Amino acid sequence: MTKEERLKKRHRAEKRFRFYGLTSIFVALLFVVILVQNIFSKGSSAFKKTVITTEVFFDQELLEIQNGASQEEIMEADFYDIMIENLIKAYPAKDRDEEDELLKLFSGDAEIEIKKAFLNDNNLIGKTITLDLTASDDIDQLHKGNYPRDLPEERRRISDFQLVIYDYFVENKKISKNFNNYFFNNGDSRDPELAGIGGALVGSFYSILICLLLAFPVAVLASIYLEEFAPKNKITDFIEININNLAAVPSIVYGLLALQILLATIQLPRSTPLVAGITLALMTLPRIIIPCRASLKAVPPSIREGALAVGASKFQSVFHHVVPLALPGTLSGTIIGLAQALGETAPLILIGMVAFVVDIPSSPVDPSSSLPVQVYLWSESAERGFVEKTSATIMMLLSFLIVMNFIAVYLRQKFEKRWN
Amino acid sequence: MNRLVKILLGFLLVLSFTTTSYARDQIKIVGSSTVYPYATVVAEKFGKGGKFKTPVIESTGTGGGMKLFCAGVGANHPDITNASRAIKTKEKALCEKNGVAEIIEIVIGNDGISFAHSVNAPDADFTKEQLWRALASKVDIDGKLVENPYKNWSDIDASLPNKKIEILVAPPTSGTRDAWNSLVMVKGCTKTAKSLYDAEGKKAKKECAKIREDGYAVEAGENDTLIVQKLSSNPDAYGFFGYSYLVANKDKIKASSINGVQPSLEGIQDYSYPIARPLFFYVKKAHIGVIPGIKEFLKEFTSKKAMSNRGYLAEIGLVPLASDKYKVTRTAAVDLNTIKLK
Repeated sequence: MTKEERLKKRHRAEKRFRFYGLTSIFVALLFVVILVQNIFSKGSSAFKKTVITTEVFFDQELLEIQNGASQEEIMEADFYDIMIENLIKAYPAKDRDEEDELLKLFSGDAEIEIKKAFLNDNNLIGKTITLDLTASDDIDQLHKGNYPRDLPEERRRISDFQLVIYDYFVENKKISKNFNNYFFNNGDSRDPELAGIGGALVGSFYSILICLLLAFPVAVLASIYLEEFAPKNKITDFIEININNLAAVPSIVYGLLALQILLATIQLPRSTPLVAGITLALMTLPRIIIPCRASLKAVPPSIREGALAVGASKFQSVFHHVVPLALPGTLSGTIIGLAQALGETAPLILIGMVAFVVDIPSSPVDPSSSLPVQVYLWSESAERGFVEKTSATIMMLLSFLIVMNFIAVYLRQKFEKRWN
Repeated sequence: MNRLVKILLGFLLVLSFTTTSYARDQIKIVGSSTVYPYATVVAEKFGKGGKFKTPVIESTGTGGGMKLFCAGVGANHPDITNASRAIKTKEKALCEKNGVAEIIEIVIGNDGISFAHSVNAPDADFTKEQLWRALASKVDIDGKLVENPYKNWSDIDASLPNKKIEILVAPPTSGTRDAWNSLVMVKGCTKTAKSLYDAEGKKAKKECAKIREDGYAVEAGENDTLIVQKLSSNPDAYGFFGYSYLVANKDKIKASSINGVQPSLEGIQDYSYPIARPLFFYVKKAHIGVIPGIKEFLKEFTSKKAMSNRGYLAEIGLVPLASDKYKVTRTAAVDLNTIKLK
């Protein structure tokens, strides 16, 4: 083989390698695009809800309260008759059966929505107002185009008559899409049109907060001690190996641990963010210690020696000079650890977070679910409306993760000093 | 240094959470994933009534729920467990051992299991014996027990289609599988097979319910929605799940007839549709009066509004009780009648 041939061969090898590299990047990107596209196409419609514009007349005969009633009186009052009387006027229905089918087009919360309108303005008796009432999930899915209408009637959830009403609504512009406030404010619900991630958001927030409060100080102190103060011997080597091992332990094992110790022995309440936070802290601890130690290690010895040379104690050199310099790396490591904890489901299943919780938790010891658990729960539900809710929750979870990772990268790039 | 002190203070604050007492003012329910959709609907309505907090419902499976329920009395243990079958003798013993002496049994309605396939596949009709022959790990042929040899449906009976047997089965932990085993596998098991098992000194019931592991029956996970998706994309596959999933997914899947009967509300109620079972929940009597709202929750669950033919549970697929059975349930819920543990 001549020199030229060998050169060509080497160039070809390089080209091939570049091609393989590009292909793998392309394949990886393709998967991401497919995943994101799939989730977005299914989930984006969940941020809007279908509403039916309805005229509501507050008939004194159907209400046992007067104009100017107090908050408590209104809360106590029964708005059921008012709801029925007004909703059946939305379409000229002929008989009781048709009225029943018409009523099913509205959400289960129609009565509460009317009550809320009255709470806002307690002088409505004898007056008529127009309200945007949330539609039932069947109509919602139909209006968003997620449910086919060209099927034979026995295979559809919506009857022919309901389709007639729907077309009437569309023709008279009585049906429209509004921002879905329920999706963010409500807790879980069995009615897809009323279900929201409010409870899961608060639950996740408490869990992550507790996880941060527990894991961050312990991890930072442990890594400072191990890196700066601990003698190098067999015991510290052993501890280091174990920290690395713990970081690789599957998260479900921490769930089992929490089930045994936190729930069975200490008897903390099941399904609460408190237990979830402690469990996630145990899981995250080694995952934070490792980057913390790495960033402490990255501070050059000259900083420590300089501090010692001008008379600082070991403690002062570490806390006045080394730790502040290592802080950006420490923080970004912590945030990435927390982001992992946020998306964690397996240990939460074991400590009873997979629960139907309607009330939004007001403290970390109230039962609650969390975002990834909500995804899991809704993906199991039979109702069609939960498909878009599942994807929308994944979108929320993904956006939180992206924001957290972005903050981590930003902190590192902005504040980290480079030692060249 | 100040920062460090603050962090430590925060740490102490969290620890102090753990020592505060947490008297529970919210009903806790665990148990079957089959009953979960019904229990959650009742719980939500109950919570919207405004007098009590909405009960928290955890889906743990019937067996797991019984374990938690029978673990003891007190705020740390659940008040109610849902079950897709009656409580077992073993579980009763566990309950009694742990001081859960008084249990109220409530039958909430019936659940039909549908054997379904894609709407694009031709209609089908099976007998229980055919289904057992398609799924069992061992079947009897010419008076002998052999490993299941059937590959195509037509191998079992010439009247069935000449297609590969492909059935998605629920995992052993699920209540649906429990019910399928007792309603189809054991009932469909032939007398010859049962007597052969008896002759071998094995428990016929247990052996008949064993499902083949040679790839013709595919375990499909607890997620019934996923089974529906798989069925709708593969017209040759069959699967079984609760009647409510059939109702909710009428556009994608349809049911096969069993002994010529299509699953229907009435058929499941009077058990003329062969694969139907009652659903239950169990209440700890010791918690009534301690945890607020349990009595009222029982009344709401067993009210006509919820459980009758036009009730809201029927709307989402629960098949209501026949009226004589309803009376028994309602009385048990109002008078708090307990069951015998021995």
